[in-house]
Amino acid sequence: MSGGTRLENANPVIFQRSGERLLTAKDEDEDVHDPIDDREIFDLIRSINDPEHPLSLEELNVVEQVRVKVNDADSTVDIEFTPTIPHCSMATLIGLSIKVKLLRSLPDRFKIDVHITPGTHASEEAVNKQLADKERVAAALENSSLLEVVNQCLSAKSI
Amino acid sequence: MKEALSLVQRLSAHPDSRCWFVSWSPSGTLLASCGGDKAVRIWGREGDSWICKTVLQDGHQRTVRKVAWSPCGNYLASASFDATTCIWKKKNDDFESLTVLEGHENEVKCVAWAPSGNLLATCSRDKSVWVWEVDEEDEYECVTVVNSHTQDVKHVVWHPTQELLASASYDNNICIYKEEDDDWECRATLKGHTSTVWALSFDAAGRRLASCSDDRTVKIWKEYPNESGQADLSWKCVCTLSGYHGRTVYDVAWCQLTGALATACGDDAVRVFKEDETADPDQPVFSLAAQVTKAHTQDVNCVAWNPKEAGLLASCSDDGDITIWRFQEED
Repeated sequence: MSGGTRLENANPVIFQRSGERLLTAKDEDEDVHDPIDDREIFDLIRSINDPEHPLSLEELNVVEQVRVKVNDADSTVDIEFTPTIPHCSMATLIGLSIKVKLLRSLPDRFKIDVHITPGTHASEEAVNKQLADKERVAAALENSSLLEVVNQCLSAKSI
Repeated sequence: MKEALSLVQRLSAHPDSRCWFVSWSPSGTLLASCGGDKAVRIWGREGDSWICKTVLQDGHQRTVRKVAWSPCGNYLASASFDATTCIWKKKNDDFESLTVLEGHENEVKCVAWAPSGNLLATCSRDKSVWVWEVDEEDEYECVTVVNSHTQDVKHVVWHPTQELLASASYDNNICIYKEEDDDWECRATLKGHTSTVWALSFDAAGRRLASCSDDRTVKIWKEYPNESGQADLSWKCVCTLSGYHGRTVYDVAWCQLTGALATACGDDAVRVFKEDETADPDQPVFSLAAQVTKAHTQDVNCVAWNPKEAGLLASCSDDGDITIWRFQEED
């Protein structure tokens, strides 16, 4: 998706990256039960690469900590992501990358829901339905070329 | 609650993978399972416990989504994401690959045998339903391709006695097909679910059909005599079970022996509903008779009633396990 091809959103607005998480004494205490919180989930997804720009999803404001909701006790994670433009053809791929990152990182007990921030994409409903269909997600992840693209989005940036 | 679901046995069926589906042989003595590890496993009872009798590998290149036994119990069909359906023939305690049915453009989602055993239906992500004819020489020929759905077709099921086929789709609808001059045609489209319909199950008489959906409901559809006198079939939704399921309902199974209705849900629970026999048949009432909220540690993908032993239920899950349950109604 890089170089040569015409970009859908050539000049995206770039947002400031958030700082590192500040650790408290309680975080370091091994005896305290430490449930997974919104910030922890946000840290897992904020550095995912955008498929078309050399920028992270956080820098493009596609993901924000306020749109991450985790309930450790109920084992649920709910993520809203905001495509940069309402006709972004990469929306499903971005959502799939977020989903795959969390499927790989979190314990199996978690139910992971990934959807578009309401009102921010023309095909919001269709993209949400596709991302919620675990059978189609499973089939997509058996497709080696698609998996390669997802892995590129998930790979650590080499700066 | 007087009724209960008690655990009989838990089997680690497809470790490190999903178990997508389980199917009892017509005699109820064998259980076939399939999953993300591309394998089909055959389970049988030995003494008091269920053990793995055979593993069918090398039949498929990708996930095996569903399996189905022929009505005689001598053949097993497996539907795979690799776009093929394998037919396996039982030889004593072993199975050999007989043929591979090709033609679908992408993932085959489901396979089902007609009650006569002479017809087989498959459906796919490619939006089509195919009907295959089987001759005495074990040759399979595609007789019809029907494109009545506008999206991914998730499930196909035959009527228990007639040559009537039903399919469920990502387009939220259910289609019912009948043969007309050597061609299979969609004769009714059942609309009502507001999201993907994942599975279907007929009742013992075949007068009613249960459907389950991503909209978290189960619907009961009933066949009515056609008033207009036209060829189209008339099915109406007579009951909607809502408020019971916390997430997508992936499967529904109507017990042919007891009439109990079991569901498999994405909230990890297995539930059993019983019909109130005193209710008006045009407005049936189903109530929750038993549930196990943490039946599995992940989504439950399938529920299947044993066809011979009343109350014996198998379920399987994304956690790779099969669980055998006993549903008991106490006095």
